[in-house]
Amino acid sequence: MVPVVGILALQGDFEAHARVLRELGAEPREVRIPADLEGLDGLILPGGESTVMTLGIAREGLAEPLRELVDAGTPVLGTCAGLIVLDRDHLGALDIRARRNAFGRQVRSFEADLELAGVDGGPVRAVFIRAPWIDDHGPDVEVLAEVEGHPIAARQGNVLVLAFHPELGGDRRVHELFLDAVRAAAASPG
Amino acid sequence: MRDEATFRVKAGLAEMLKGGVIMDVVTPEQAKISEDAGAAAVMALERVPADIRRDGGVARMSDPIMVRGIQEAVTIPVMAKARIGHFAEAQVLAALEVDYVDESEVLTPADEAHHIDKWAFKVPFVCGATNLGEALRRIAEGAAMIRSKGEAGTGDIVEAVRHLRAITGELRRLGALSEQELFGAAKELQAPHDLVVSVARAGKLPVPLFCAGGIATPADASLVMQLGAEGVFVGSGIFKSADPPMRARAIVEATTHFNDPERVAKASEGLGAPMDSLEARKLADEQLLSPRGW
Repeated sequence: MVPVVGILALQGDFEAHARVLRELGAEPREVRIPADLEGLDGLILPGGESTVMTLGIAREGLAEPLRELVDAGTPVLGTCAGLIVLDRDHLGALDIRARRNAFGRQVRSFEADLELAGVDGGPVRAVFIRAPWIDDHGPDVEVLAEVEGHPIAARQGNVLVLAFHPELGGDRRVHELFLDAVRAAAASPG
Repeated sequence: MRDEATFRVKAGLAEMLKGGVIMDVVTPEQAKISEDAGAAAVMALERVPADIRRDGGVARMSDPIMVRGIQEAVTIPVMAKARIGHFAEAQVLAALEVDYVDESEVLTPADEAHHIDKWAFKVPFVCGATNLGEALRRIAEGAAMIRSKGEAGTGDIVEAVRHLRAITGELRRLGALSEQELFGAAKELQAPHDLVVSVARAGKLPVPLFCAGGIATPADASLVMQLGAEGVFVGSGIFKSADPPMRARAIVEATTHFNDPERVAKASEGLGAPMDSLEARKLADEQLLSPRGW
């Protein structure tokens, strides 16, 4: 089965995610309006500017349909701006509060090798662009990685969020992990 | 171990701006209006291109106080323009921690032979180009983002279309050449051979390609996105129009839905007067900005 994975395409690096998905045998679908969410096996909220995405979600009436998709148990991956958009203060899809631009302006953007819980085979090359971190999280949130004591990757149920950009790092393992969840969810009845 | 300012990190921010609109602003108030309307980033400059044309004189980088005020007013990335070859202006902007420096032909060039050595900086640079050779020379100098130049401050899209078509068309032609022919192509493009080879293989630039110079309407944004731009810069088009917040929102919407004519039509309704325009073809040679910075 070829899973169909939506990528929120209001603004940001949705093309980079689409390229990785195609390489891994999934079918990407750009999501701009609620009708684009029909029949998805998974959803990615990409990097970009969270202010632009938040305004776009309101303009397109996407907030409710996105929350319904999360509640239905569809696997969701949020990277950078996607992490912010999924937090308590935005879509409320997971019990975290993101701090925007937490590492500072662009001159503080960086890449680093990072051990990520659930990803085997050595560290992931993680690219952080004006990245957020997780300031606060509830008890149901599992922190998967930290940088200097700040959580930058987490999971709660079917939602996985990362403050960095696996779609830019050239390492496919995070997307493989996500697609494993997508395939498992699509195969399970109900 | 953190690696800062790698090329991937520099071009990475431009990746994040894709599908978005970068708006020229001259004050913190304009920056806030832009952010609230959905700008992906703002570009700080002393005067918008239409005013530079009207007033004449030497156009320079913005006052640092204004840049700081704009940085405090918004949370989105703040870019700022430096004159071509004026590496000291770029150093000042880097010290202010702007997120991107635009080495721009819209300002009066400071060096007619040399562009800034952009590899020497931690801050990433965007540069204009009118054709593929120019784009590749800027990338060889370290630019992490390219924008087609168009003719800034005119509200006339024709030069933006010319430059964008030149770049994308030359990219397609390059992809059809043999290894032997690529030596000749590098000579003609006046760009490094290894860069020409890698671009020919990839079929695209190694950095994001945006469009600038003449975008005044939602349909203009849709046009250039359909022609292969990955995002747009709007200079005078917003704050020289009758209703800047509404026009800004409309151009953002049309950039997202560039492939959906009904949405572009809806975004185009009732925006009031666009900026006062100039027909690019009727400008005298010395009034043209795009030939600056070969």
